[in-house]
Amino acid sequence: MDEKRYILSLLVENEFGSLSRISGLFSARGYNIHCLNVAPTDDESISRMTIVTMCNEQKINQLMRQLDKLVDVVNVQDLTQETHIEREMLLLKLKCNKNQREELKRLVDIFRARIIDVTDATYTIELTGATEKILAFINSIGKIRIVEMVRSGALGISRGNQGLEAK
Amino acid sequence: MKLSGSEIIIQALKKEGVEYIFGYPGGAVLHIYDALFKEKNIKHVLVRHEQGATHAADGYARACGRPGVVLVTSGPGITNCVTGMATAHMDSIPMIVISGQVSRQYVGSDAFQEADATGITRPITKHNFLIDKRESIAEVFKKAFEIATTGRPGPVLIDIPKDLTDPNIKIDFKYPSKVKIRSYKPKKNDKQEKIDQAAKILCSAKKPMIYTGGGIILGNAHKHLYKMVKKLNYPITNTLMGLGGFPATDAQFLGMLGMHGTYEANMAMHDCDVLLAVGARFDDRVTGDTSKFCPNAKIIHIDVDPSSISKIIEVDLSLVGETSLILKSLSKAIELHSKKISKTAIKKWWKQIEKWRDKKCLKYKKSKTIIKPQEVIETLYDITKGNAFVTSDVGQHQMWAAQYYKFDKPNRWINSGGLGTMGFGLPAAMGAKLAFPKSEVVCVTGEASILMCIQELATCLQYMLPIKIVNLNNRYMGMVRQWQEFFYEGRYAMSYMEALPDFCKLSSSFGHVGIQIDKPSELRTKLNEAMKIKNRLVFIDVITDQEENVYPMIKSGKAHNEMHLSPTNEDTELA
Repeated sequence: MDEKRYILSLLVENEFGSLSRISGLFSARGYNIHCLNVAPTDDESISRMTIVTMCNEQKINQLMRQLDKLVDVVNVQDLTQETHIEREMLLLKLKCNKNQREELKRLVDIFRARIIDVTDATYTIELTGATEKILAFINSIGKIRIVEMVRSGALGISRGNQGLEAK
Repeated sequence: MKLSGSEIIIQALKKEGVEYIFGYPGGAVLHIYDALFKEKNIKHVLVRHEQGATHAADGYARACGRPGVVLVTSGPGITNCVTGMATAHMDSIPMIVISGQVSRQYVGSDAFQEADATGITRPITKHNFLIDKRESIAEVFKKAFEIATTGRPGPVLIDIPKDLTDPNIKIDFKYPSKVKIRSYKPKKNDKQEKIDQAAKILCSAKKPMIYTGGGIILGNAHKHLYKMVKKLNYPITNTLMGLGGFPATDAQFLGMLGMHGTYEANMAMHDCDVLLAVGARFDDRVTGDTSKFCPNAKIIHIDVDPSSISKIIEVDLSLVGETSLILKSLSKAIELHSKKISKTAIKKWWKQIEKWRDKKCLKYKKSKTIIKPQEVIETLYDITKGNAFVTSDVGQHQMWAAQYYKFDKPNRWINSGGLGTMGFGLPAAMGAKLAFPKSEVVCVTGEASILMCIQELATCLQYMLPIKIVNLNNRYMGMVRQWQEFFYEGRYAMSYMEALPDFCKLSSSFGHVGIQIDKPSELRTKLNEAMKIKNRLVFIDVITDQEENVYPMIKSGKAHNEMHLSPTNEDTELA
C-alpha cells in the first residue's frame, strides 16, 4: 500500500509524561513523526497536539486505535478524513547584503510574510501559511544564505461547526 | 481521618481487597514497609529477587483473577521488575507495581538508587503514574486499580517519592468509591445489529471453526463460550494462552493451534469457511504465514481491545466489548438463527476433521531406556487427574505441557505466552499456590529455565509453599537446540548446558526434597511418590531424552497446512 501524508489532531491530558507516551508509541510501533506540535488549550487540563505522519491506510487505522487506547489521550481525529485548514509558521533568519535587500523585500510582500528583525547583516522573516507555501518561500529565496530556520510544524483545525471535543 | 502517605497506601490496598503483596524492601520504601509492618490484614511475601515478585504477583493474578500487587524500592528494585511487567503486559495480566522513588528534591539529580521508573516502564505498562503530591495518593491508587483490572487488563506502575510517604506528615484521607477517567472508557458490548449479523454468518457456515484465546479466561467467559459451542456443535481450538477456556477433554476440542498446534486444529483453520476468533490476537505463532491464513474464511473477531481488530489479519466483522457479555448476546442471537445451520454440512465437516484427527499427531515412540518428556507430562496428568494448576517456563517443556496436559478448567494453565519469559514458572507457581493453598500446583520446567529464578526456592521455604517442580532435564536449551537442528545444520551453538548443578542437592540445601528419576520403568511410581509428599516442596529432576523434538511444527513463515509431523508418523512432510 502506498504511503500518504496524514495529519492527526489529539487532545491529551496535560500531565507529566503524556508527550513521551505518545512519541514513544510512534517509535515503538515503527511509525514516523514528520512533525509534532503541542501547546495548551482553553481548557488548562488539556493540551492539543498536531502530528503529521507518513503511512499507508491500514497502518493509519491501527495507529489511530493505538493512540486512542492510551489513557492520556482524550480524543483523536484524523483531519485528513475531512475538510480542514492547515497552517504552519516559519521564522527565518537570512544573511543578506545591501544588494539582496530589495529582492528579499519584494519576496516578503509577494508571500505576505513580515520582516520582524533587522541587523546590518541579516533579516529575520516571519511567514504563516500552509506547508506548501512555506516550502515555496524557502525555495524562492535562492542563493541567500540561511542563518537559521525555525518551523512550528503543521497546525490543523477542521472546517465547519464541529470541534474536537474532550469526550 | 488523618493519615501519612504510607498509611494512605496501606489503606488504599485494604480498600481494594488486597490479600498479598510480593515485594522486597529498600531505602525508598522503608516508610511504606514500616506502615505495612503494623497492618495485619495484608500479608507480605518476601521474594529473593524483584523479578520473582512480579512473576509471583502475575501467577497469583492468572490463577485467581484478582490483580497481583508488587512493592519494590527505587533504582535496581524497579529495574529488576521490568521483565516481569513486560511479561504481564504481553499477556494482559492485571498487576499493580508500587515502586519507591527518591525524595522529590533529589529527582533528576542522579541520586543514589535513582532510576526514571515511569520512563523505563512506559512501553511495558498499560499506564503508569508518578505521584507528585500527597493529596493525589488515594486517587491515583483508585485509578491504577481501575485501569489494571478493566477493559483489556494490564500492569500499572505507581512510582512514589520517599518524602511523600513520610510518617510524620499526615493529611485527611478518604478513599474515593468511584473514579472517573474521561479518556478511559472500555466498551462493554457492541451493537445488537452487529451481533445479529455475526449470528447469521456463523449459522450459515458449512465449515466453521472457533478459535479462542486468553480473552476467554481474562474475561471470565468460559461458561458462555461452552454453552454456545455446545449449542452450535462446531469445532473449537485454543491458543496457548486460551487453554482451559474450553474443556480439553470435550470431543469438540481440536487441541491447541499454531506453530506447535495439532494437525486437526491447524488443518481445520486452513480449510474453514467461517472463523470466529474470541479474545485472541492473531499472534505470529498462531497465524504462521499471514498471506495464507484461513484463505477461504469469513472472519468474525470478538475482542475487548479495539486496537486488536484487523491489526494482523483484516477481519470481515468485529464485535468490540467484554467477551462474556458479547458471547451471551451472541448465544441468544444464534438461537434465533439456529434453524439455518446445515446439519448435513456440519456432519460432513466433522467427518473430515475426524480424518485429520486419526493421524494422531501427538503420537510419540516410548523407550525402555530413556524417559520421553511427553510421557512425563502424560503421567503427571494422570496422577493429578488433570486438576493441578500447572505453571511453566519457556521452551520445549512448555509446549509439551500445553500439548499433553489436558486443561478442562480456566486459570489452571499459567505460562508466559507473549513475551516468552524463562524464569517465570517457579515464582508464578508461588503466586498460584498462595491463591489456592489447597490445590496442587506444579511447575513444569527445564534445567535451563529453572536456573533463571532459582533463588525463589528460599521464598518457598520461608512461606512453606509445597509446590512440585517437574524439571524436564535434557541438558540442552531444548527449543534452541531444536531450531539449531532444523535451521542451522545441527550446529548447537551455546545451547548445551554444561556445569549443571545437582538439582536434588541444590533443593535440599534450600530445605526442600529432591528426587531424581532417570528410568522409564520408575517414572510413574517415583512421580507418584513425589506428588504424595503434601507438605514439602519437591524438586523432581527427570532425566529425559536429550534430542526429542516438539511436533507437530509449522516452521516460521509457513502456512497452517504446511506442518511437519513427528518422524514416528508415516508421512512427515505435508504440503
